Amino acid sequence: MLPCTGRIEESLLLKAFENGADGVMVIGCLEGDCHYVSGNIRARARVKRVYDILETINIGAERIRMYNLSAGEGAKFAGYANEFVDQIEQLGPSPINERRSADSKPAPQEEKT
Amino acid sequence: MITGTPKPIEEILEMVEPYDNIIVAGCHGCVTVCRVGGQKEVEVLSSTLRLAREAADSSITIKELSLERQCDPEYVESMRPVVEDYQAVLSIACGAGIQFLAEKFPKTPLLPGINTGFLGVTERQGEWSERCQGCGDCVLHLTGGICPVTRCAKQLFHGPCGGSTGGICEVDKDTLCGWQLIIDRLKALDQMDNYGKLKPYKGWSASRDGGPRRIIREDMV
Repeated sequence: MLPCTGRIEESLLLKAFENGADGVMVIGCLEGDCHYVSGNIRARARVKRVYDILETINIGAERIRMYNLSAGEGAKFAGYANEFVDQIEQLGPSPINERRSADSKPAPQEEKT
Repeated sequence: MITGTPKPIEEILEMVEPYDNIIVAGCHGCVTVCRVGGQKEVEVLSSTLRLAREAADSSITIKELSLERQCDPEYVESMRPVVEDYQAVLSIACGAGIQFLAEKFPKTPLLPGINTGFLGVTERQGEWSERCQGCGDCVLHLTGGICPVTRCAKQLFHGPCGGSTGGICEVDKDTLCGWQLIIDRLKALDQMDNYGKLKPYKGWSASRDGGPRRIIREDMV
């Protein structure tokens, strides 16, 4: 449970893809309305950096996207979620998941120290 | 601090291509502060490499670790129990740290994950600029605290050259003339007499001209 998108690290977003996500949507508060002043602005920059990484390594930048919503916009949230799910379904499984399903391999685990 | 920039991921992927079992090693020193080689960057780079390699059907096992400093032997030694279990170490410390690991672990290939920059300061988040070239013969007390070796593109010691126009260096329009800065500062401090005290020549023997340098403090060894 994250209290603010400002707590999301780039590594957490990449981990989602390592753990098998085909797409990741990050939903923050409306810009200018952050309870912690600039958490959602920081999140936007981090999502952009992950976007660039995914593009560089051919996973696909369009598999991550940030939306901004207020807590009172439930219908809009549902609309965004459906829109993003449709987009990811059109893209199909990520190259990682395609490879894993072809090889029937589990996700590799990070070595524990 | 010592600054640096990440190497392009394509270049790093090419470097690690022969290996399937590596350590990605960060440093909690300068490179953490300038956001290029700390624990967070270790995590991001490791995830990126795992994803890229798996997408290319060539998965890689990565041990993620970060030392307090890669330039001090006591911290480097903490890697020794694990380093030989891996085919290579990809270090995202500065060039000093990477070379120190290479010296301490001669059987393990060391790969640089960043391009080391300069001794500099943080202007604002995401922007750093050079302040010191470690010339070994500091004159900042005579130059208003502004270094002619670093801030003057020609490393002049006796005032601005003819390429200084309106306080801007001829090298590029975003570079201030170091000597204009020095003179403005000396005037503001009412220390223009220092301008005449600069040495007749700069003693470069303490700089890089004599090859790699060494400091031995007899009071400490």
